[in-house]
Amino acid sequence: MAAVLPPQAAPHEFLRARTRWHPLEIVFWLSTLLPFVVVPEYLQLASQIAIAALFAISLDLILGYAGIVSIGHAAYFGLGAYTAGILSKHGIGEPVVLLVLGAIVAGVVGYASSFIIARFRHLALIMITLGICLMFYEAANLAGWLTGGADGLQGIKIGPLAGTFKFDLYGKTAYSYSLIVLFLCFLLARRLTHSPFGLSLRGIRENAVRMPAIGAPSDAHIRKVYTIAAAIAGIAGAVLAQTTSTVSLEVLGFQRSADVLVMLIMGGAGKLYGGILGSIVYMVARDQFSGINPQYWYFWIGLMMVLVVMYLPNGLLGGLEKLTARWRRSPT
Amino acid sequence: MSETVLATRGLRKNFGSLVVAGDINIELPRGARHALIGPNGAGKTTLINMLTGMLQPDAGQIMLEGADVTGLKPAARVHRGLVRTFQINTLFPRLCAIEAVTLAICEREGHARNWWRRLPVYRDAVDEAYAILASLQLGADCTRVTRELAYGQQRLLEISLALAAKPRVLLLDEPAAGVPRSESSALFQAIAGLPADITVFFIEHDMDIVFKFASRIIVLVGGRVLVEGAPSEIAADQRVREVYLGHGKHG
Repeated sequence: MAAVLPPQAAPHEFLRARTRWHPLEIVFWLSTLLPFVVVPEYLQLASQIAIAALFAISLDLILGYAGIVSIGHAAYFGLGAYTAGILSKHGIGEPVVLLVLGAIVAGVVGYASSFIIARFRHLALIMITLGICLMFYEAANLAGWLTGGADGLQGIKIGPLAGTFKFDLYGKTAYSYSLIVLFLCFLLARRLTHSPFGLSLRGIRENAVRMPAIGAPSDAHIRKVYTIAAAIAGIAGAVLAQTTSTVSLEVLGFQRSADVLVMLIMGGAGKLYGGILGSIVYMVARDQFSGINPQYWYFWIGLMMVLVVMYLPNGLLGGLEKLTARWRRSPT
Repeated sequence: MSETVLATRGLRKNFGSLVVAGDINIELPRGARHALIGPNGAGKTTLINMLTGMLQPDAGQIMLEGADVTGLKPAARVHRGLVRTFQINTLFPRLCAIEAVTLAICEREGHARNWWRRLPVYRDAVDEAYAILASLQLGADCTRVTRELAYGQQRLLEISLALAAKPRVLLLDEPAAGVPRSESSALFQAIAGLPADITVFFIEHDMDIVFKFASRIIVLVGGRVLVEGAPSEIAADQRVREVYLGHGKHG
């Protein structure tokens, strides 16, 4: 087919093919409905996975696409969670409104921090992102009157979703809600990564020196994507607060920043689905390992991390891609 | 001589006690094909870095089409038509050639701020990118990933990226560095074929190429302009022979 195309049509076709939906993508999203029928007793876990996946996607936009390292991304997750939790105590029960407010607060703080973030790279960023997250952690710890401090936020009251569906113990509403939010944010992230802006982000990741030499305002691009990523992380945090009716200091903790980084790198950074796959594997593994060995389960997680990075430099998704490519090549 | 497009006045830069640029005054007319030569460490790349804003001079001015651009950031100078290439490939390894050049065009046209519309919607940008790549014999390989391109092709992509910014002044830092002699001539043929109103200023070590493609040569030694003149004058200049040609060719 390519032979009949005039040569100048080839790049158009090539670029269009990249933005097209792959059948496997549709299969994947349909299969996210399976837990409702296959493992209804695990819907709470499924909801947690969807939230983790959304958080991982937000990190992927800055780390996987723009190459901005962050080990303090929980700052925005936590801000979204606390915003939704605290405001729900003060009479705002509507889940979607809380979600938007969580996104706004996290986005505004993300925008403010982005002026510092855009000026640094690599090791310096590790210190800065971690530093920002630590400050929010301790601020939340200190402001016990507002956040409940180390005891966690008490008395969260979330209204029914769309005025009808209550958040129940079995997690049916919770998973439905998390999944819808994840899917909508995924669509947004997918559009972004296929846009000229998304291409510029990859340009920054690939060569930050060349970007100004082709006239690109890298700093402005970084500020923009950092703000968007912070807002999405805030949404993920808000969903957690709503579906579990609890917010503890842990949402701002280093562990959460590190976990999401591990999920993303394990799944494969820079391809959106990597973060989702990583979240599924990590969360399910954690659930299983902690069942087998409640005290030492991080040992197995650690082993898994080492093995993945050693043998699959592009993450689990990169490994799968390689496998299918080999499989497709072998019959010919 | 036609109007001056790019000029420096008393450009100075020291790295500690080392003078890398000592009172450099150059003038490039529109459509120039000027070469910058000099022994290693003469300050040639430093001069390009200062012209493009990647390095701030200690003193002096850089004038682009009559306007003082000394304080402008690199990206702002690119928008005014002052574009460079790099001696060491400074590309986007995991982008395809067509993506890389389309990226540069989108940045030039202001499309890069759009995060909602899909890239293929910008048909004109993709067409233009393809045309640039095809003009440098990269058309057939435009969908290949940069890091998988042959070295010579990567050197051509270096120039393609610069052309995508629609330069009025193009600064080429050893465009044929590392390219075998048999291929470097073809590369310069492509450069010679650029529109006549683009001012080209290039660093090159191969004297055969310099004498063949440059209409004028500036010789830089120890951060200072030793002599400037037509290729025949430079070839006959005794000082140039002593400090440069006499020591053998570099690169």
